[in-house]
Amino acid sequence: MEFFERFAIPHPSPMIYASMVAIGLTVIAIIAGLTYFKKWGYLWREWLTTVDHKKIGIMYIISALLMLFRGGADAVMMRLQTSVPDNTFLDAQHYNEVFTTHGVVMIIFMAMAFIIGLMNFIVPLQIGARDVAFPRLNAISFWLYFAGAMLFNISFVIGGSPDAGWTNYYPLANNEFSPSVGVNYYNWALQISGIGTLITGINFIATILKMRAPGMKLMKMPMFTWTALITNLIIVFAFPVLTVAILMGTLDRQFATNFFTTTAGGSDMMWANLFWFWGHPEVYILILPAFGIYSEIIATFSQRNLYGYKSMVGSIVIISTLSFLVWVHHFFTMGQGALTNSIFSITTMAIAVPTGIKIFNWLLTMWKGKIRFTVPMLYSVGFIPLFTIGGVTGVMLAMASADYQYHNTMFLVAHFHNTIIPGVVFAMIAGLTYWWPKMFGFMLNEKIGKWGFWFMTIGFCFAFFPMYITGLDGQARRMYTYSEASGFGPLNMLSFFGAGLMAISFIIIVYNIYYSFRYSPRNVGDDPWNARSLEWATHNPVPEYNFAIAPQVKSSEAFWDYKKNGHQLFKGDIKDIHMPNNSGQPIIMAGLFFIFGFSFVFYIWAGVIISGIGILACLVYRSFEKDDGHHIHVQEIKETEEKFGGAKK
Amino acid sequence: MKELFPIKQINGFVFSLLLTVVALSVYFMDMSYEWGMTILLITAFVQAGVQFVIFMHAGETKDRDVIFSTLFYGVFLALAAVFGSLLTLVWDMM
Repeated sequence: MEFFERFAIPHPSPMIYASMVAIGLTVIAIIAGLTYFKKWGYLWREWLTTVDHKKIGIMYIISALLMLFRGGADAVMMRLQTSVPDNTFLDAQHYNEVFTTHGVVMIIFMAMAFIIGLMNFIVPLQIGARDVAFPRLNAISFWLYFAGAMLFNISFVIGGSPDAGWTNYYPLANNEFSPSVGVNYYNWALQISGIGTLITGINFIATILKMRAPGMKLMKMPMFTWTALITNLIIVFAFPVLTVAILMGTLDRQFATNFFTTTAGGSDMMWANLFWFWGHPEVYILILPAFGIYSEIIATFSQRNLYGYKSMVGSIVIISTLSFLVWVHHFFTMGQGALTNSIFSITTMAIAVPTGIKIFNWLLTMWKGKIRFTVPMLYSVGFIPLFTIGGVTGVMLAMASADYQYHNTMFLVAHFHNTIIPGVVFAMIAGLTYWWPKMFGFMLNEKIGKWGFWFMTIGFCFAFFPMYITGLDGQARRMYTYSEASGFGPLNMLSFFGAGLMAISFIIIVYNIYYSFRYSPRNVGDDPWNARSLEWATHNPVPEYNFAIAPQVKSSEAFWDYKKNGHQLFKGDIKDIHMPNNSGQPIIMAGLFFIFGFSFVFYIWAGVIISGIGILACLVYRSFEKDDGHHIHVQEIKETEEKFGGAKK
Repeated sequence: MKELFPIKQINGFVFSLLLTVVALSVYFMDMSYEWGMTILLITAFVQAGVQFVIFMHAGETKDRDVIFSTLFYGVFLALAAVFGSLLTLVWDMM
């Protein structure tokens, strides 16, 4: 019995017990449902063991939507708690756990997964490849991310949630001030999913550099692929820093070292320093692919080519470098002198220049274009003014001396939500709606989608604009309550109202998926949006091998030129296509990683050793495994092409 | 025979040994801390360059440009991290 005491929740509440029951019932329902409908074999063959970039992309997106629900529920709980003064819905400890979970889930397990999911699905299609460079590694990436996400998500019912903020600053995060296993969960969940992300980075750089269709020079790549390339470059250079910092934190907490302690030569400030050396590039890992998605959508629905392609590419390259040179602006108040703060103020403000160039390029793309206000376009058009407000308040925060006023207030919270929600969340929903027919062969309902957009946008304005004001009035972030005399009450109530609207918009979006799945017509054709780039040159939904004949590309808008200017995309005959085999090894290995992380969190050394040996065994097995893939033969390809309505010329 | 003899690699190996000897001299000779560190830093970076170019064939394929630009980008970011951290946490800490 003593063994199980460690799994108890240190700070329980009826809501957590209710969640435990709900989780248990859901798991039973899923298992029972799969057994009843005899879907285990289908699930295993078609999804769990797949190495197909399209299916992996879809699994990323489904996981991201689940995490969006989890993080969104946390957000609504926080806004509810602060909606009136001296509220007792959550106590201080629970509030800490909720905002920590919200931050980590939204950044690492929602936004990253959504972005990587869209990259997985779209990038190989946009460059005319059959799959990513290393399909098996791609599956490992996904399952490691999933293992990390699940490890993090069970923390609040087994052993207690992390409660030191998503930034996890030391000394707060050390054993003395965070005695529960929560921060261990944080460390291991981020470590495991971080390995997956790093592998994705390497995989996509190799894919984009090596597997482009004949004729597609770097400067002829579609803009989303360009942003994916730069994003993955940032991932490869930034994530090792997080890996090392988290390892040092783990050693501090679990093996009594002194990296981030305040005594014995440790430096707690070093954590903040390393965290943000990863953390700031991380922001651009999220926003750059979003910029790519907007570039695709705005060009398509303005029916014009993207204005200033070269300056767009130049901007993202400059942003990627500058993103590594600004990290100190996250802690202007830590005690360094005016010289340092001035340097980092200037580098921070400099980022506004390339970002501004991009904003103007989008505006000029729309200039004199034939604009169609579809759902993806609405999100893109809504993004431009809202994101600009976020950018301008960012420049306000970048002024170091003024930042002493804003630091750690709700002003900052308003600012970064003002960039991330119109920047990343809008882009993800826009991209999902835009590429939905590519993934599933039918369109999402436009009318319901527009309702979702308006609820989202208006809800966003109500939720976050009041925070600018309360922040300037001195409401600190992460405070679980405030007094009535402070006068923050009415604006916080408004904020809660906005959060409610956003929750409704999420429900509308999910309902739209259900509604369209049931009622949308399936005969949308291969090019429902009259689009421009290469991913639309194949069938809807995409066959396993993507393109029956590898396309020959002459421009960055290959598909548009094929439609309008008579470029020939597909020359030659259909040949046998070599494809990778499915494998159950990635999911097994990720399962072992999950056990490894879980055992480490609770200091169960037997579990650590056994799962560690298992992981090594998987690696050894893979090294000696002989897997040459398989061929799809000409006859089979021709039959598939006929079924989709004839081969593409 | 001349084509088969790896003269470039032999020269590189000799040069590499020479760099090691120079670096070792810091330990055996009596010199100031500043001089010692300068010699060590220079020999270390040249040594790394020799390894990349001669023994890891960094410049010999058509991926040359990608390899070198990634390498320099990495070095640049490492220097930014080290000197940025030094500036923030040591030199300019009040």
